[in-house]
Amino acid sequence: MSERLKHNPDNQSSTTSHRVAVIGAGPAGAAAAQTASMLGLAVDWYEKETFAGGKLNRYYQLFPGREEAEVVYRDLFDPNHYREVNKQFGRFVTGIEKQAGRLRILVDESQAKDADAVIVANGFDFFDARLKEEFGYGIYPRVITSPDLEYHFKTDISRLRRGEEDPEAVAFVHCVGSRDQQVGVPYCSRVCCITGIKQAIEIREQFPRCRVYNFYIDIRAYGNGYEELYRQAQEEYAIRFIRGRVSEASEDQYGRIRVKAEDTLLGKPVKLTVDWLVLLVGMVPACPELMLNGQSDSHGNGRSFLKADNPHASQAVASCPGLFLAGACSGPMSIPESVASGRSAAVQVFEYLKNRNSSL
Amino acid sequence: MNYWKDYQKEIAGDDYFFVRSCIRQNFFPGAEKLFMEVVRDKLGKHLVEDPEHTTCTGIGYHCDVVPLETIMTVVARHFALMNASGLRNLVISCVTSFGIYSEILDLWHHQPELRERIAGYLFEATGRTFQEPVNMVHSSDVIYCYRNELAAQMKFPLVNRETGRRLRVVDHIGCHYAKIFPARGVGGSEFPQVLAGLIQAWGGEVVDYPERRHCCGFGFRHYAVQENRGYSVSHTKIKLESMKPYEPDLILTNCPGCNMFIDRWQYTLEEAEGLVYGADGQKIPVLSHEELAGLILGYDPWEIGLQTHQVPVEPLLIKMGVPFQPELKYADRQGRLIGGGVLQNQSV
Repeated sequence: MSERLKHNPDNQSSTTSHRVAVIGAGPAGAAAAQTASMLGLAVDWYEKETFAGGKLNRYYQLFPGREEAEVVYRDLFDPNHYREVNKQFGRFVTGIEKQAGRLRILVDESQAKDADAVIVANGFDFFDARLKEEFGYGIYPRVITSPDLEYHFKTDISRLRRGEEDPEAVAFVHCVGSRDQQVGVPYCSRVCCITGIKQAIEIREQFPRCRVYNFYIDIRAYGNGYEELYRQAQEEYAIRFIRGRVSEASEDQYGRIRVKAEDTLLGKPVKLTVDWLVLLVGMVPACPELMLNGQSDSHGNGRSFLKADNPHASQAVASCPGLFLAGACSGPMSIPESVASGRSAAVQVFEYLKNRNSSL
Repeated sequence: MNYWKDYQKEIAGDDYFFVRSCIRQNFFPGAEKLFMEVVRDKLGKHLVEDPEHTTCTGIGYHCDVVPLETIMTVVARHFALMNASGLRNLVISCVTSFGIYSEILDLWHHQPELRERIAGYLFEATGRTFQEPVNMVHSSDVIYCYRNELAAQMKFPLVNRETGRRLRVVDHIGCHYAKIFPARGVGGSEFPQVLAGLIQAWGGEVVDYPERRHCCGFGFRHYAVQENRGYSVSHTKIKLESMKPYEPDLILTNCPGCNMFIDRWQYTLEEAEGLVYGADGQKIPVLSHEELAGLILGYDPWEIGLQTHQVPVEPLLIKMGVPFQPELKYADRQGRLIGGGVLQNQSV
């Protein structure tokens, strides 16, 4: 499609005078910036960090196909896939205002820059696992989160060893900061189940004699290839899935983690001692300041995911004209979904600007 | 940690109305007198109690023999006594009562018509009216609030005088202190600070062991019905087995019920099964927060009633370097022995 546009001067000239701001340089922001630039829009690309990639930088392999995160990164951020983009990395967008029909991006609290359209792709935060006090995250060193484990895999998984010894047992806790009214997160974060399955397999591959347990409410393996991976985890990797919530984690005298839970299928309490307890943390909205027109849907510690105006018609179009949403800022989603969402937002910005021109 | 800011409850600094505990003053009669002395004499605070104060009926309530309306009316009367004293800060000696008072205030908050009904019962029965306390805390909260001031007057820190090693102390805050309303307990219910703060301020080391949050074994009806007592002792055993590898020097309790059961059931377990959970074949002494405050401040152990615990406290006194006269352990104020003989078989 981009090739065709390159050779179509009419299409190109109709939009190059327009500036679109893309906020965020994770997968969704990259897909949006890439597609918008290829469609001939002038792109200002904001990112609070000085580098692109967002959380992808800390991932090891991606579910369900186990692609290396680095390979996906290289593909997404390949400069050959972009036209001219004005990178504003290391710049923090503090808000978006609407003035005289144009949108204005507030940067680093003092500067402002106009835009004809804005694609918000600021992603999500991981749920702060310290809020689930009973698991002792931040207190017991051997209680970690799924992104912590992902980073260990990426950098040095031997950290999970105790001296020369491989870990004997690792347990995963599903739905930490998902589907949990107690901590104000009533929704399902969708990707934690498959993350837990993938990481459980990776632990078994790395430490073949390690017992691996997954404590779950119910496994939501909704995506292509997810259910197959779930079955593989049980049949080929002998990962033990225990249906029940963990009630408490505590440390024993050797620093290992004692887990109390209920096996609701057997109707019995269980106690386990594991070397590592991995909390599969959910996704919560990032940067509430970016909400425009007071969009609010108080999930996740009083913050809100951004809402599309009419989600059945388009997930990308916000209620404010010119404002578009891409990726997990509008709700939990996987990387492929975020990328598709970013591309979709860019195309809809293109259509929006084209229609606005013709109506003037 | 910043995160725990939700659990930093407000503790009034002075002018306390004190309500006693049925079981604390029966099981460990020195403890409440000591608490009042510490607050008045060592901290210089104003504290009053009223001899017309009665049981809160909490144990009866939890054993299903006292109806909810009855216990609410009793508690409303206690508030009326506090109002009559002119004070507004309530200090509660018992964790069971603390849970009861907290639960009742919460019920009234959510059901104001219930409060009105109880106010009617109280007025009908006694002619009294009442207002809720402005500040309501457990007695350990007050000690926690002034732990550093007490540390400044400390004579015997929680350190082994011979080896210089910090004493390892297990804390047990009691289920009804923070498990019902975590925000009403200092530090919440998962990582409570109310006793840990005392241990740290007074030089000891807090032992965090796997069954730290497990019930002491009291369980009200589990103990009150004699046939259920095996259930009670089995839960205490779970805790003791879990803490044993850490070789604690002391168990510090908040609740008089917990103190009673962790203390007495150690004796029972030794007699019944020959099980002992402290280091060197000794049982682990069990003290309450005010008793420990008294010890570090230099009170005579027998003056503050430490001989009323089943597990001998002498090993702890020796470690801390607290002087004591063994021959006066079971003596009355005139120095006459008052029946210590039945306990002489115990290893000290």
